[in-house]
Amino acid sequence: MKAALFIPCYVDQFYPKAAIAAYELLQKLGCYVDFPMKQTCCGQPMANSGYQHLTEGCDANFIANFAGFDYIVCPSGSCVMHVKEHLHSDTNKELAAKLRSSVYELTEFITDILKIESIEGDFPFRVGMHQSCHGQRGLKLSQMSELNAPFFSKPGQLLTKIKGIDLVSLSRKDECCGFGGTFCVTEEAISVKMGQDRIKDHEKHHVDYITGVDMSCLMHLEGILKRQKSPIKTIHIAEILNTFKV
Amino acid sequence: MSSNKTIPHSEAAAIFNKNEERVNWHDETLWFVREKRDKSAHQIPEWELLRETASQIKLNVLSNIHDYLVEFETNAQKNGIIVHWAANAEEHNVIVHSILEKNNIKQMVKSKSMLTEECHLNDYLTERGIDVIDSDLGERIVQLRNEPPSHIVLPAIHLKKEDVSETFHEHLGTEKGNIDPQYLTESARHHLRDVFLTRKAALTGVNFAVAETGEFVVCTNEGNADMGAHLADVHIACMGFEKLIPKREHLGVFLRLLARSATGQPITTFSSHFKKPREGKEIHVVIVDNGRSEQLGREEFRNSLKCIRCGACMNTCPVYRRSGGHSYHNAVAGPIGSILAPNLDMKKNADLPFASTLCGSCTNVCPVKIDIHDQLYKWRQVLVKEGYTPKAKTIAMKTMAAVLANPMVFEIVGKSGRFAMKNLPGLVNNKLNKWYDQREMPEVPEESFKEWYKKNSKSAKGKNDEQ
Amino acid sequence: MMSSKESILQKIKQNQPKDLNELPNLEPLKESNLDVLEQYKTILKSIGGDFAEVSSYAEIVAFVKENFDISKRILTTLPELSEVANLEWTNDDPHSLQNAEQILVKAHFGVAENSALWVTDEIMGQRVSTFIPQYLAIIVNKKDIVAKMHQAYDRIGNQEYGFGTFIAGPSKTADIEQSLVLGAHGARGLTVFILG
Repeated sequence: MKAALFIPCYVDQFYPKAAIAAYELLQKLGCYVDFPMKQTCCGQPMANSGYQHLTEGCDANFIANFAGFDYIVCPSGSCVMHVKEHLHSDTNKELAAKLRSSVYELTEFITDILKIESIEGDFPFRVGMHQSCHGQRGLKLSQMSELNAPFFSKPGQLLTKIKGIDLVSLSRKDECCGFGGTFCVTEEAISVKMGQDRIKDHEKHHVDYITGVDMSCLMHLEGILKRQKSPIKTIHIAEILNTFKV
Repeated sequence: MSSNKTIPHSEAAAIFNKNEERVNWHDETLWFVREKRDKSAHQIPEWELLRETASQIKLNVLSNIHDYLVEFETNAQKNGIIVHWAANAEEHNVIVHSILEKNNIKQMVKSKSMLTEECHLNDYLTERGIDVIDSDLGERIVQLRNEPPSHIVLPAIHLKKEDVSETFHEHLGTEKGNIDPQYLTESARHHLRDVFLTRKAALTGVNFAVAETGEFVVCTNEGNADMGAHLADVHIACMGFEKLIPKREHLGVFLRLLARSATGQPITTFSSHFKKPREGKEIHVVIVDNGRSEQLGREEFRNSLKCIRCGACMNTCPVYRRSGGHSYHNAVAGPIGSILAPNLDMKKNADLPFASTLCGSCTNVCPVKIDIHDQLYKWRQVLVKEGYTPKAKTIAMKTMAAVLANPMVFEIVGKSGRFAMKNLPGLVNNKLNKWYDQREMPEVPEESFKEWYKKNSKSAKGKNDEQ
Repeated sequence: MMSSKESILQKIKQNQPKDLNELPNLEPLKESNLDVLEQYKTILKSIGGDFAEVSSYAEIVAFVKENFDISKRILTTLPELSEVANLEWTNDDPHSLQNAEQILVKAHFGVAENSALWVTDEIMGQRVSTFIPQYLAIIVNKKDIVAKMHQAYDRIGNQEYGFGTFIAGPSKTADIEQSLVLGAHGARGLTVFILG
């Protein structure tokens, strides 16, 4: 299967390890992976700040990069949600619509398209899963605690066969970490407090690592952990799954 | 309580966060209410269908509200209820005052009505020599402290029992330092019983008004609305016009949802249906617009009028729980307040739709399925277009958009940015960088993914020349 | 000049959606396999109410003598209870009921899912009567407990009343630090006599 890898701008710049893991993992799972070189950003930082009208350039660039692909895979639920809901083009409406329905978050691509139920990697650590809101509530990667509906978790399911992993059950299963895009600086006090509180929940369960499908949440939590000189580390789920050996 | 100087949400929230113990208590207490709501909702197998049904009823109401209002008025009048119409807050206050004047009444007891908070009725009446006493315990507490409620269902949730004890000691003469909630509630019971027994007029809110029958329903746990209304000669009930529902049988749907969503109770203690006045007594209903018809015309935001004021979105909101109701400087706080308030005053409330991470939990708990977080996103777009965001932000966003739209510039900026972060940390790790106040910057990698890919991927080899 | 009513209605007509959204079907919500009596009792206990299962009014009279302070003012609208409660108050000034210790009335029916009891002014004697006494007791026939609120409104149908209310448990508040206190303004306790 041929898939295009979409690596969000900040992951490209600051977290190449997560991007490399996603790239290698998809190849191990049998995909032919292409990475269009001129991609930048989905436009979400502007749009969530109320400047969706300034994202035309980003949209056009995204469309130019990914026009030829049936599957666009991205290791960030938030960016995927933005593309799914807001990618548009005045000049090529059909193409924009096609791309909106072709973009997948990494774990949902693995479970829903590649039809792989779990991955046998090796990660002998105690791990807390941070449910990033846009992946969870936006893309419905996992069941949401507010709803009266059966449980499921696509990223959680992929981790079940990782050797040695001890996945903890958090007290607040899907509370937001407080990153929220520009919210993290415009509402700095609340953003940090939310992050600190999330970390306390993980600490209470003695985790070695906090993982998740969104590097932006992890970047925020990592920033607080480091300031607190905490031994807890953050790691993108792709890096755990990529411990899988063919 | 005056609105002439509004502290932006982010600043008020930062002040609220100075007392960490208090913030933690506020967060945990409201989270506990959210958990009670979950437990209650999960006991109803058809819960999600119930929400969907309620949503459809409300959508029907919004699409036919003109006729339902006419039908309600006709039926209410047949029942002997006097119906008034108020275009705005001022007219609402004038109507209430004129009813009191006509009956020569100087003292009124009031049960919870967020609408009267929205209209600032208490201030208006007090200025005209009317003594108004709020009878809901939480509302009485904040009234004595000269504060507005901080939550639509739990008005005094920002206060601790020590605060209440102080206030009651000062105003009701309770023992100094006695912080027992049982004792404090009992004291309020005695104080307010005297009020109920001596007031000739009682004002209540309205939870639901039924077009088919011309009756209206008021829900309380304390029984204060009933104590007031059944002992007074004149009962004034104030409602926003969106409180209408088509038929009596629809109450079955909403009464199942309201208390479970609000506090996790299966129903409020009292769900009182007022259809006709007692013999020789009066019931007045004041139907208020105050911006609602305008909101009805905003296609993207009209669904906010489905709200039944349960407060579930506040209890679940991680931002509300950590910033407190007063930081929203609006009668209705939290997520729902943030999509209602800009309609009333865009300039004053331009900060509110940004006081959210758009996590979406509010939308999931909403018993009438209002797309709250999507509306927050949409309000942001409107507020920017209407020019209510700071200029500096607009400039920054334009620069960012330009960089991100151009792959070549992006690469150069990215490279130099990483270079700067690595070699000149003073440029970013300083007071001007709000990220850095309480968080470290990400560690700068040797190379970006793109750079790695160029070196390591076979398929990229041919593409290198393009860059 | 246009009245406020006219201007509001005109603006609403102009701004409401042009297409009518249909009302949903409520029938699927009515399905239930609840054990109504058990559910009723469980919920009532959980919200601070109490119950006694009785087979006759004589048993209620005995219960009242045994458990309530009959030296205080006890009101009822039920002639069957005249031995322990007063019937002559329904035309009095409602304020005069403020010293009532207890009232006993009979509900039209109860609802299992939330333990609410439906009472109307016809059986309350006075509207304030179920709010102003210190304690409240309500009788309901065992066969008159329905499963859910949908059945409750089916049962109410087009019933005429000036005032009606669902009562579920004693009056309560948690407005001080979310600490539950029974007896906010209304009854401090509720006893339900399940009759039959």
